[in-house]
Amino acid sequence: MHKLLYELKATMAFVERHFNLAKRYLGWEIVDLVYILVNGLTIVLIGVGGGPQQMLYLAAGALLWEFLSVLFHEVSESVSWERWEGTIEYTFMAPIRRATHLFGMCFYAVIYGSIRTIFVLGGMALFFKFDLSQANLFGALVVLFCSSISFIGLGFMAAVLPLMSPEKGSQATHIFQAIVLLVSGVYYEVSVLPAWLQPFSVISPATYTLRAARAALLDGASLADIWPDLRILLLIGILLIPLGLKVFSIGERYAMKTGKLKRNG
Amino acid sequence: MTIALQCDRISKVFYEKDETKATGTPLSYRRLFRRERVPVYAVRETSFTVEKGEIFGILGPNGSGKSTLIRIIATLLYPDEGTVTVFGNDVVKQQLEVRRMINRVSVEAAFFKKLSAIENLNYAARLYGVNTKIARQRSLEILQRLGFKEQKAFVSLENLSRGMQQKVAIARALFTAPVLLLLDEPTTGLDPKSKRDVQDFVKEVQEKHDATIILTTHDMAEAERLCDRVAIIDDGRFVALDTPAGLKRKLQSPQNPAPTMDDVFFALTGKDLADELPDLED
Ligand SMILES: Nc1ncnc2c1ncn2[C@@H]1O[C@H](COP(=O)(O)OP(=O)(O)OP(=O)(O)O)[C@@H](O)[C@H]1O
Ligand SMILES: [Mg+2]
Repeated sequence: MHKLLYELKATMAFVERHFNLAKRYLGWEIVDLVYILVNGLTIVLIGVGGGPQQMLYLAAGALLWEFLSVLFHEVSESVSWERWEGTIEYTFMAPIRRATHLFGMCFYAVIYGSIRTIFVLGGMALFFKFDLSQANLFGALVVLFCSSISFIGLGFMAAVLPLMSPEKGSQATHIFQAIVLLVSGVYYEVSVLPAWLQPFSVISPATYTLRAARAALLDGASLADIWPDLRILLLIGILLIPLGLKVFSIGERYAMKTGKLKRNG
Repeated sequence: MTIALQCDRISKVFYEKDETKATGTPLSYRRLFRRERVPVYAVRETSFTVEKGEIFGILGPNGSGKSTLIRIIATLLYPDEGTVTVFGNDVVKQQLEVRRMINRVSVEAAFFKKLSAIENLNYAARLYGVNTKIARQRSLEILQRLGFKEQKAFVSLENLSRGMQQKVAIARALFTAPVLLLLDEPTTGLDPKSKRDVQDFVKEVQEKHDATIILTTHDMAEAERLCDRVAIIDDGRFVALDTPAGLKRKLQSPQNPAPTMDDVFFALTGKDLADELPDLED
């Protein structure tokens, strides 16, 4: 119990560190927020011809993708970023469990991603005056929570790549993220994808996230209605988190054997 | 006598890409994915024991394996062969236990450069489970002791000189009160006054806090001044291990009745002054 509390407190190291950094890069944070807001608005404007439902459909895609990609990016890039800063050995030498380290990154990513998403949501609501009286907002939040778990698991697995290959690992995580964007039906139905790409959409947790969140937001679907998708998301998450931690620890051991933890090479 | 650190026949090999041996055309599979790798023997079958409360120096030329040895003890690298124990805990099998006992100051200052010293120290305090207020108080005391101006602790570290950053690194390693302290060239890049301050402080930590210290340095006078025993490492192997006085005594001869640590270093590592300054030879 005492040990658990100790580890839980240690996760705050990562949250605090990142908020301190965000403070230093405040100018960039603001630029970034403006950019993602304008980007979101532009995407929703594409759907003006299709009426409010079409616009809401696109808005849901833009918001969810914003949240999920921040989550994935923050977690998966944490290793390559610390290598670049030169703090990686210091962080890895700390007397905490690796899971604590990684969950600390996730806490931060969830808070940070939520702030950004709420900001864009607020901006869109002001701009388009969406009618959300029919929407099941609570249901959409539950979807977001369930999908966070699986994206965190994916993030752990992707974070290992820069650990194993300092030069190419980070590139690989970006490609992975792009493929998820392509196959998950962020801005269109997955049915429009070429047949050979469709199987990928079945294994991407983002597909279920978007489908369930849209059902809740656009059609006011109840939790019972979206339960089949939620169940899949939870299942993927419950499988991916321990798998991600395992993969990461294997990667870490490999890095410590081959001397890849060092900043240069 | 308690044994603080025991290294038993440890070896470490790295594999480096060798571009000169690359064969095939520039875009061939061989060239892109199967680059030749050459082994670099960083540490070879090294054994030694350090007692609790000792300051143990490791001297050696560039690339002789000092930092690699420190990394292995710091649980950052697995040895290929052999075992290392810190107060009886194996660095590979009992990583977490070892990590609670150690801290390291590396040559390059490992900081979040955009953050201030205090913010970096807070991060460290949370990782090591030290109350942030206590950590701040302790580290400011240490920093003051090292001649670091307090107001500099609140500006981002990228604006501080290398020497100042090094002092922050020392404060960060010490406020956690490690029982085994690994100092990898802690005074490299410091001015003579700061160097002296750090050396005095290292002595004080040994005496007052009963800490065990492993220290690497390129400064012979520093090794002589601080270390109870010194190992000379060359090409991954210990070529001598004794007290500074003992090392010098072994080199005594009618031609050189009072050898210095420099003489010892050159004699044992085969790095003659002539090798160091090849331009002057002809
Ligand atoms: N992570 C690594 N990957 C590949 N090779 C490495 C790695 N770390 C060290 N080496 C190689 O191992 C050898 C020993 O390096 P090490 O850093 O231990 O030397 P050192 O004694 O600390 O040198 P210096 O006095 O310059 O700090 C060198 O040839 C170096 O290139
Ligand atoms: Mg070194």
